[in-house]
Amino acid sequence: MADPVTAGTEVPHDAGHAKVFPPLDPNNVSPQLIWLAFTFVALYVLLSRVVLPRIGEVIEERKDRIKRDLAAAERLKGETEKALSSYEKALADARANASSIARQTRDQLTAEVDKERKAVEDHLARKLADAETSIGATKAKALASVKDIAGDTVTAIVGALSNVNATKDDIDRALAAAGGNK
Amino acid sequence: MASEGASGGMPDPIHQFEIKRLIPMELFGYDASFTNSSLFMVIAVALIVGFLLFAMRGRALVPSRTQSLAETSYEFVAGMTREGMGEQGMKFFPLIFTLFMFIFTLNMLGMIPGAFTVTSHIVVTAGLAVLVFVTVLILGFAKNGLHFLKLFVPSGVPIYILPLVTMIEIISFLSRPVSHSVRLFANMLAGHITLKVFAGFIIMLLGAGAYGAIAPLPLLGAVALTALEFLVAFLQAYVFTMLTIMYLNDALHPGH
Repeated sequence: MADPVTAGTEVPHDAGHAKVFPPLDPNNVSPQLIWLAFTFVALYVLLSRVVLPRIGEVIEERKDRIKRDLAAAERLKGETEKALSSYEKALADARANASSIARQTRDQLTAEVDKERKAVEDHLARKLADAETSIGATKAKALASVKDIAGDTVTAIVGALSNVNATKDDIDRALAAAGGNK
Repeated sequence: MASEGASGGMPDPIHQFEIKRLIPMELFGYDASFTNSSLFMVIAVALIVGFLLFAMRGRALVPSRTQSLAETSYEFVAGMTREGMGEQGMKFFPLIFTLFMFIFTLNMLGMIPGAFTVTSHIVVTAGLAVLVFVTVLILGFAKNGLHFLKLFVPSGVPIYILPLVTMIEIISFLSRPVSHSVRLFANMLAGHITLKVFAGFIIMLLGAGAYGAIAPLPLLGAVALTALEFLVAFLQAYVFTMLTIMYLNDALHPGH
């Protein structure tokens, strides 16, 4: 196979298509296969040893980086949510506090007002009672005086009409009798 | 590429597939000449490694445009591998990535006018397909021992047609490297021939007097075909890689 090849194939080139169809020419088998083996093995070794690890490394690194960044973002998001919820809780507490203070103040004020009103009312009630007792006393005194005035008046009238000096005791008796009749 | 138009006005569409021995060499008695095919293989290796290393030179966390292109190719093949074979298939990721990048770059280099399309030769595609086939065999028996043969005995098949199904499975398994290599080879070959034929029409029409008026039609055809060929160049690399993954997956998990 080897010997006639180098000399033999150079000649029919010029004959063109009259020769055997080149892709099926048996003379072309060995040089193509040998060089295919060379180049393919070379390419395989270069790619698998040098190039592909390099590309894979970069892609892996990027993947890791993205994963790390996503994890960090997730963590920050969690922290934000925690901060937000604690803020909301503080707000709610403050609100509850404020309303309780307001209620307390209102209750206190109401209590004070009630106390003061009660004091005023008591004071007024005492005054009223005093006034009523003094009125009662005055009335009683006035009523007691009426008998004396009536006696005096009767003494004067009896004296003027009959020159009889009616004593006070007499008149009192008479008045008591009259009063008793009535 | 320029020395054409020899036979009857029509540029020879086969000429582009000729292997030219640039540096005659011999290895153990075999012809190991450095040919135009070898040249493009070396160019492809240099381009792939050079580009990827250049793109990754910054190793930036936020990738530059070229770096993200390199990473996209990595992620694309890695995704394919992971989807087809699961996490344990990532052992084969370097092999799959090498296959994909090699075929894809060779296909794309073939789209440069005047360039040689390495993958339009069945010797190359068959070499790659046999590499995959042998890898599957070795891996299958090394991983599963004789259980690997269960690949040919699908479960849930009635016993009376099992011999027939097994025969079919064996034949389909053995024909894998053939279909695997012919698919890529035929696609690249046919595409480039069609392109050349359409381009030849333009020249023929222009040289044919009044018929020159319809020369723009094959030109449009050639433009459309070029776009299609770029798609095919990517797609065939993808298909070859995808099938490799499927076959390797069979070796990892032979039970259907």
